[in-house]
Amino acid sequence: MISDRAGGESKIQLISRRMFVISAAKTVVILGIVGRLISLQINESNKYKTLSDKNRFREWKFAPPRGIIKDYFGNEIASNKQVYQLHVIPENTENINSLFFRLKTILNLSDKDIFRLKRKIASQKPWDPVIVSDNLTWSEFSRINLFLHELQGVEPTISVARVYHQESFSHVIGYVSQISKKDLQNKEYLRNMNVVGMRVGKTGLENKLDPEMVGSIGYKRYEVNAFGKRIKEISISQGESGKTFKTTLDLELQKLSTKLLKDKTGSVCVMDIYKGDIVIMASSPTFDPNKFVHGISQKDWKQLTQHRGKPLVNKAMSGLYPPGSTIKTLVTISALENDVVNPKMVQQCKGHIELYGEKFHCWKKKGHGFVDMKEAIKQSCDVYFYEVARRLGVDRLSETAKKFGLGKKVLEGFLEEKQGVVPNTKWKKTNIGQNWYLGETLHSGIGQGYWQTTPLQLCLVMAQIANGGYQIKPKIILRDKSFEGLEEFIRNEETSGENLNAIEGFIGKLKYKTLFKNQENINFVKEALFKATNEPRGTSYRSRLTKKGFIFAGKTGTSQIRKFTALQRELEIKNVDLPYEQRDHALFVAFAPYHDPRYAISVVIEHGGSGSSSAAPIAKQVIKKLLERHSLREVQQIKGESA
Amino acid sequence: MFKPGAIVSRLTFRDKVFSLDIILIVSILLLGIISCFAMYSTDGGEFAYHTKSHIVRFFIFFLLFFVVSFFSSTFWYNSSTIFYLIVLVLLISVKYFGLTSSGSQRWLNLYFLNLQPSELMKIGLILFLAKYYHRISSTDVNRLRYLLQPLIALIAPVLLVVIQPDLGTSVLIAVGGIAVIWLAGVKMQFFAYLGIIFLSTAPVVISFLKPYQKSRILTFLDPSRDPLGAGYQITQSKIAIGSGGLFGKGFLNGSQSYLDYLPEKHTDFIFTLFSEEFGFFGSISILTLYMLITWRIVSIGNMVRGSFGKFYCYSFATAFFIYVAVNMGMVLGLIPIVGAPLPILSYGGSSMMAIMLGLGIAMSCGIHKDQVIG
Repeated sequence: MISDRAGGESKIQLISRRMFVISAAKTVVILGIVGRLISLQINESNKYKTLSDKNRFREWKFAPPRGIIKDYFGNEIASNKQVYQLHVIPENTENINSLFFRLKTILNLSDKDIFRLKRKIASQKPWDPVIVSDNLTWSEFSRINLFLHELQGVEPTISVARVYHQESFSHVIGYVSQISKKDLQNKEYLRNMNVVGMRVGKTGLENKLDPEMVGSIGYKRYEVNAFGKRIKEISISQGESGKTFKTTLDLELQKLSTKLLKDKTGSVCVMDIYKGDIVIMASSPTFDPNKFVHGISQKDWKQLTQHRGKPLVNKAMSGLYPPGSTIKTLVTISALENDVVNPKMVQQCKGHIELYGEKFHCWKKKGHGFVDMKEAIKQSCDVYFYEVARRLGVDRLSETAKKFGLGKKVLEGFLEEKQGVVPNTKWKKTNIGQNWYLGETLHSGIGQGYWQTTPLQLCLVMAQIANGGYQIKPKIILRDKSFEGLEEFIRNEETSGENLNAIEGFIGKLKYKTLFKNQENINFVKEALFKATNEPRGTSYRSRLTKKGFIFAGKTGTSQIRKFTALQRELEIKNVDLPYEQRDHALFVAFAPYHDPRYAISVVIEHGGSGSSSAAPIAKQVIKKLLERHSLREVQQIKGESA
Repeated sequence: MFKPGAIVSRLTFRDKVFSLDIILIVSILLLGIISCFAMYSTDGGEFAYHTKSHIVRFFIFFLLFFVVSFFSSTFWYNSSTIFYLIVLVLLISVKYFGLTSSGSQRWLNLYFLNLQPSELMKIGLILFLAKYYHRISSTDVNRLRYLLQPLIALIAPVLLVVIQPDLGTSVLIAVGGIAVIWLAGVKMQFFAYLGIIFLSTAPVVISFLKPYQKSRILTFLDPSRDPLGAGYQITQSKIAIGSGGLFGKGFLNGSQSYLDYLPEKHTDFIFTLFSEEFGFFGSISILTLYMLITWRIVSIGNMVRGSFGKFYCYSFATAFFIYVAVNMGMVLGLIPIVGAPLPILSYGGSSMMAIMLGLGIAMSCGIHKDQVIG
């Protein structure tokens, strides 16, 4: 009994000792658990809260309706229409392969399409829908709805898509298409907008105005459970439609121009000479921009890119042509401003001139005889302008040309616009690496050689001559009001006359730049252009308008794209006899009406032969309708201002 | 001469009631109430099946706790061997008559409840070994002859549970048994050898594991290995607990559990749910209650005069603590997911029954602390 007790006592001590070890271990474990709780619930709490929300919420984003583009009178040029689409949510399907197999029989899906869709599905989240078809016909759409009960995960959707009403606007408006990787790189604002069904402007105004026209995306946010089932709607946002834009373009005139350009390759540009409003910008041949909205087919794409007339190029701002004789206006202004010739100077034209051991030809083989400057412009005598150019020199000419807007882009934000080339000695040295030859000066004087100009630039030059030599800034979006008030200013100046200080102050305030030293020089050119169109033997005499208020003044031009051989010259080869690619480009620039001018126009017909035969007649018809519609435009302006 | 037995026989019902450990009882009651609210939350804020049956069970087994504690500790000492054997027989019969659910055969259908004998074995083994070591003298503890019986008593039920298969419970059973053996004073060397044997046989054992058990262990080592598969539970549990923050999302606002991101939220992951809704302070409160219970059982062990009571209380306190630690460690991503319920809080009748029985016996030891056994 005693020994047992003693044994028991030591046993109890042993138990207590061992229990102490356990208690120590317990303390460590508790500290571990508490430490873990602190780390999870206090230190990293925010991280886990985010993760928990990510678990809870799912967002479905959708593209907003794109902004609408209207013409000056409010006609819709590019708008949105309802389309029937077929979306598939991969998560909700039972078996994606059998679904595609089933859809293949209902719709016209190729194996290639299915392959593409499957790759898309693999690259995105399982609850993000893929668009199987974004433009179903009504019969396809109704067929899908008929079979809907056996197509799990399929969602027939009514959505909006871009629609273009007029092919005549294709170039200036441009088109939209699916977002590409390049778009995402270049356009910052698209980063968070890459949602299913989103379209982005690729060219023209669609591209320029894209940041404002895309709007902001809408979303539906749902709380979902672990199986992806929507439990409740948390928030919904319809997004914001893109901004609507009114342009300075005139639907009727644009249509007419496109009609006149039918089967031809070329462009028509018309500009308000005071406000810089671009009224017409037509390019031919044209194309159907609607094809791009839902992804253009290989066949159509091939057809467009292989077409001789390059339908996708906006010839008005991306087509580069030597200005031909139309440059003579600027040569004249430059020569008069620099005082290198007297306008009364008379030169004999024998059909050619020999300078520096080279023979320079006039377009008229027989020659123009004795001509002064006005007559030389009127009849477009090349020999006279060889002499003027020789005295002027190419550098002074290029200075004037640049001042009037050649060699730089006319509009802002058009990716496709070209800036062209204004040649001079320095330009040749840096770009070609050769010295300038004097003979090249003579070619430059008649607008051949290195010159590269766009029809829009030529139109701008004409406009700035027509308004009396004031710089304008062309625009195509109506809201740009930067040059409102110029017209008023010029008219006031004409009537109130000579107060130079006041004029300069006004110019300074409005930042209007005069492009002349002596306005007489500008007026001299205008008068010469009047003769060219309205007097016999003038180059565009046959295309004149005689009705009061419709009289216009213009300059033809023909830009050679090849050098005549001596033989061809001898045989008097006509353009029509040449292969298409070798025919000259025909140009015509004009302003109208002559008294109280309002608009400037440029017409370029590629390989059209001579300016007087193919470009001027088109200009004549456009000017007629343009002036007829002028009053409507003024009414619209008053309406717009009062609104 | 002083006759200890005389004192015991004089303990009246009133004496017994007065010697109840109030802190222990209040802690248990608080945990029970919390568990009912937690269950209400897992039912999506409805007074539904899980809540109802949990409340009923808690009520019944809380009564059981008192009944058990009023039996004298001598009674428990005397019946420990038979209790162990009965549970062992039940475990064997599970193998033949057991109900199979989610790939595991653990339950016996007793009509009024589905009994999980492995849970009872947690208590049975501790009782058996406490009695065994009470009877042998401390000098014999380290003799090989005396080590054999406890080892067999330990390994037999553990193996029976492993083959159900139920890795979690078998580990918890073993932990209780090892605690008694440790307290009895078996030499450190023995545990060292045991550890070496365990480690050397581990690869063999792992090869016998079910694929899901293997993947759980691998996933524990690298939870991002398979975030939607086996790692999903750990990841979602951590998100739930972490997103609870300091004060929690509020009662019935645990989005993780509401939206079914939490697995087994009634049972093994009940702490996760509570922690998400009541945050760090809630978690610490729960932990504190468990610590209070452990502390009270150890205190009872300190007061008990006989070695049986000490063996039992210390071992049970240790085992109880480890049940809590394993469950919390599991849901906090500290140890692999083994499938261990949280005492009292988790849904499950057998677990609740075993824990209340265990606590009751400890209380009984406390009430009859001066009783000399054997």
